Amino acid sequence: MATTTAGAAAPRVRSRKGPIAWVRRNPTITVGAAILLVLVVLAAIAPMIAEDPLSFEPSNRLKRPSETFWFGTDQFGRDVYSRVVYGTRISLAVGISVAVVATFVGLVIGVLCGFYKRVDAIVMRIMDGLMSIPSILLAIALITLMKASLTIVIIAISIPEIPRVVRLVRSVVLSVREMPYIEAAVAAGTRNLVIMYRHILPNTLAPLIVQATYVCASAILTEAGLSFLGAGTPPEIPSWGNIISLGRTFFQISPWIIFFPGVCLAITVLAINLVGDGLRDTLDPRIARRM
Amino acid sequence: MTAYIIRRLFATIPVMVVVALFVFLLLHLTPGDPAAIIAGDDATPVEIEGVRRRLGLDRPIWEQFGIYAWGLLQGDLGTSIFSNLPVTTLVAQRLEPTVVLALSTLLVAVICAIPLGVVAAWKARTFIDRIVMGFSVLGFAVPVFLVGYVLIYIFSIELRWLPVQGYRPLAQGIDQTFRSVVLPAVALGTTYMALIARITRASMLEVLSEDYIRTAHAKGVTTKSVLLRHALKNAAVPIVTVIGLGMAALISGVVITETVFNIPGLGRLTVDAILKRDYPIIQGLIIIFAGTKVLINLMIDISYTFFDPRIRY
Amino acid sequence: MTTPVLSVSNLTTSFLTEGVWRPVVRNVSFDVAPRETVAIVGESGSGKSVTALSIMRLVPEMNGKVEGKVVLAGTELTSLPEHRMKKIRGNEVAMIFQEPMTSLNPVLTIGFQIAEALIGHQGMSRREAEAETIRLLEKVRIPAAKSRFNEYPHRFSGGMRQRVMIAMALACKPKLLIADEPTTALDVTIQAQILDLIKVLQDEEGMSVLFITHDMGVVAEIADRTIVMFNGEQVEKGQTEDIFARPQHPYTRALLSAVPRLGSMEGHKRPMRFPVVDTKTGLSDVPTEVPDTVAAAERPVLEVSNLTTRFDIRSGLFSSVTGRVHAVENVSFSLLAGETLAVVGESGCGKSTTGRSILRLVEPNSGSVVVDGQDVIGMDQNALREARKRMQIIFQDPFASLNPRINVGQAIAEPLMAHRMCSAAEGRERVADLLRRVGLQPDMAVRYPHEFSGGQRQRICIARALSVGPKLIVADEAVSALDVSIKAQVINLMLDLQVSLRLAYLFISHDIAVVERVAHRVAVMYLGEIVEIGPREAVFGNPQHPYTRKLMSAVPIPDPARRGTKRGISNDEIRSPVRAPDYVPPVRQYREVSPGHMVQIWGPEWEEKAPAIVRAA
Repeated sequence: MATTTAGAAAPRVRSRKGPIAWVRRNPTITVGAAILLVLVVLAAIAPMIAEDPLSFEPSNRLKRPSETFWFGTDQFGRDVYSRVVYGTRISLAVGISVAVVATFVGLVIGVLCGFYKRVDAIVMRIMDGLMSIPSILLAIALITLMKASLTIVIIAISIPEIPRVVRLVRSVVLSVREMPYIEAAVAAGTRNLVIMYRHILPNTLAPLIVQATYVCASAILTEAGLSFLGAGTPPEIPSWGNIISLGRTFFQISPWIIFFPGVCLAITVLAINLVGDGLRDTLDPRIARRM
Repeated sequence: MTAYIIRRLFATIPVMVVVALFVFLLLHLTPGDPAAIIAGDDATPVEIEGVRRRLGLDRPIWEQFGIYAWGLLQGDLGTSIFSNLPVTTLVAQRLEPTVVLALSTLLVAVICAIPLGVVAAWKARTFIDRIVMGFSVLGFAVPVFLVGYVLIYIFSIELRWLPVQGYRPLAQGIDQTFRSVVLPAVALGTTYMALIARITRASMLEVLSEDYIRTAHAKGVTTKSVLLRHALKNAAVPIVTVIGLGMAALISGVVITETVFNIPGLGRLTVDAILKRDYPIIQGLIIIFAGTKVLINLMIDISYTFFDPRIRY
Repeated sequence: MTTPVLSVSNLTTSFLTEGVWRPVVRNVSFDVAPRETVAIVGESGSGKSVTALSIMRLVPEMNGKVEGKVVLAGTELTSLPEHRMKKIRGNEVAMIFQEPMTSLNPVLTIGFQIAEALIGHQGMSRREAEAETIRLLEKVRIPAAKSRFNEYPHRFSGGMRQRVMIAMALACKPKLLIADEPTTALDVTIQAQILDLIKVLQDEEGMSVLFITHDMGVVAEIADRTIVMFNGEQVEKGQTEDIFARPQHPYTRALLSAVPRLGSMEGHKRPMRFPVVDTKTGLSDVPTEVPDTVAAAERPVLEVSNLTTRFDIRSGLFSSVTGRVHAVENVSFSLLAGETLAVVGESGCGKSTTGRSILRLVEPNSGSVVVDGQDVIGMDQNALREARKRMQIIFQDPFASLNPRINVGQAIAEPLMAHRMCSAAEGRERVADLLRRVGLQPDMAVRYPHEFSGGQRQRICIARALSVGPKLIVADEAVSALDVSIKAQVINLMLDLQVSLRLAYLFISHDIAVVERVAHRVAVMYLGEIVEIGPREAVFGNPQHPYTRKLMSAVPIPDPARRGTKRGISNDEIRSPVRAPDYVPPVRQYREVSPGHMVQIWGPEWEEKAPAIVRAA
């Protein structure tokens, strides 16, 4: 370039290496990932650290948090702590499944839309339609029509997330397609399929991973919201939303039934968002704009 | 400009067709007999047959869609199975609280978030910025029902400043309405505020690094004028876009917030419909909410011309 | 000796990167006298722009620090509190920037943007400021100034926006104007207008100008004194004539020798290499004319006839065609093996689209493109892929032309692999060989593009293009983005490759001086058509078409002795190739001036017009 800006003039030097320096450069990912790790471990060893979440003892109804019942008990005398620990499993399972399903389906559709104009015209109309339905209502409609189960909940939450992923992937594909190196590849005689997986797909990866974390976080929140409204996982499953939903009636006298699962929910979503923000900043600061 | 608005109005048609088709097909493509689903789990075969006849479910599927679509065009959103009232009537009864709540939330969020975002961008990477960003990350994570219950606990139960739950209609006096809607609006507005503050900051930061901001500084323009006149107007398009996107999220949030605060709005209508498995109500609500969202998007698109003279349609 | 308007001493500017303060400008000292024009010249990374920003105190406070003294008309600026500095910026010292397209605020009217400084600094009322703004717009020769007061910047062309920037800078009658590459982003004829305008206004206003540029031609054209910067230091300063006639520092000598001078090729028939100068010692080799490579007896490698490419512009309610870009209109030429045909012209003339249409990277509407005996137009995808072995392209931006995620070896091997021309092992062998050919080391194949400089990347792109053994290379502004000295090296490489591989180059460029140096033949394009084509010597020595003449006279010549006295200020704009959908292009006729030198017969639109304002002698 003939001229230079102030920033470009200074040479870029990557100073220190090693895990400690990495942590210092990426505090958000580190904190988020650490919390997530703890949650995953808790979910995995739930049977070892918690009682049976379904066992109830009517004599222990609505007990305040104490040494025996860390998070208190609910109206059936069930230990809220044990239920919350088991709830971690549900939330993480829903979050991760939805993230995987929505990103995978979204990636396939998005790439096709970015590449084939005819597909694009039709599919994007459908996506626009889907996007204009509030996600929680879409899920509610699906769930009212079908027997509530974890799988149905995952599908119902995934569907409204797909259009967002499609839009992101499509926009990346369309912008990368304009890069001179794609034109160079075309001029070199490279086949379309090869260009797609060699030059274009790798570029969608970074924004897709970031988007997947956000999808995961929002899925966990949506599941909790659905269960809270009574349209989520079957009431016998101790998901955080179900616990809170049951606590609604006794909120004024026993706020802990709502408080503890609510806080856990917030911490989980916070951790996932922190990982997402951190990934976004390290992988590619520019993709922040497309979100 | 008029041509653009007309074209955009036309463009909403396929979107609404997709929405209508979707809610229609949902009922018919889900496994199982739609009449049985609607009639409920413990309905007798006679009742199921009644539902089938009443909803015309025994006719060919395309005919059914034709009837449904024709009804929609005439403003017929269907009839509640449970109460046998038209969905439009039910919606009209419950509209006021939801509209009041949504608008107050919007107001609270925008008034707080934009100044916060501007200040954060101006003081980027300082203590103030970190506080604002910290709040915004937190606001994203905390579910609306947690904020709602915590607010009720503090302001209504402990301090007794505000009513615990419920809604006072505007007809009973605006101050009563205000008192009943303040907590739900703040609870619902938290996420929204976080979203807008965040995009305002990001958008402002991007604009502040533009060449024309350097030009303004080279001209000796005051900081206030650089921020508010030169930068904010340029940053407006993404901010307005996110406000529009947020409105959609708001609609989902309304359902939960109304449940938390026991407000008899569209959200409560939804929840009641879920409990009674009254599918036509949910169908009608989807059409209404989707239509609202499409209209908001249209308004947002048109508002761009106000902020950016380069956008001329 | 009068007191200088600006006196800079020991200016050092550092930026905080990774916790360390790194100086970007070191110990720069110079004065600017009243009414004087001083140029700071240097390549990327020389610190010339940072020097300008340091004087204005526009270096970001968070991670930049300015040391030394900057005295503007008796006031020391580096230690001044920010609120007082705000009163000086735009008032006593004003600045214009390189990018006219991005330097004006798109959402504020140009009238407001100029008047703002007047209201802020001079305490004018809105009405006074408006009247003064219109006067300023007239002063910078913006036609119909009054009616344009309330318009937004996007309605103005690049050249007109730069005029608005100048009006804005002059608003408060500053003592010093700092112009940071103000013409770099502009077309050459517009550049000439803006340079003239700055000179005239400088005389009228009696201000001093500090001119930052990379272009030695511009320096020679306008500067009284010149400062040469290299790597953040000033390596030489003095009277402009002295620096051009007797450069002392080896770097200055290297820089000057890499600058092509329009007209210096008179008497040479074939392209000529650039001299190679050692930047340490300043010693230079003697540049040589390249050997004769043109295969005049063979069938041309490329024969283009009646090539036409148009793009529809759609808008309105039903996306109907409301206009058409006539990017390439009935273009015909041929190119022999070992020959370089340069296509020159300004932005929007269709030169790049011509190149891309030949490779069918864009689909032409009609015409034929015969490469090596086969017509490319109408080929199916497979045949086209096969044909692309014989023709390759090099793009302008070496940064965007390489996929950042793919290492250089794989990038170079991509065409080989696409055509399944060799095994992986042979591929590595070929890549090593190609890297050596373009002057890089074979072991660089495993590195990634970000580890290379712009010049090196362009060499890599050349290696990639060469990998399939093409006969024709379309070089689309291939050296335009490179610094002068790097540009000279890459051109030398291209000339050497032409000799050893008998390549035919279609050399697309806006840089007329470079073209004179490298081309055997030249085609001048204007609004999608070739207006003049012929042997380089004929077109440059005896330009016929009015547009060719205008273009040539606008090129700044890096020789202060030949400083232009030649033009009047005009405010003609480059016309747009967008036409109404029913536009039928006129049938063009050409006449032969001398063997092979064809000129389009022009109509009355080119008849001599009196320049709008003739400069005072």
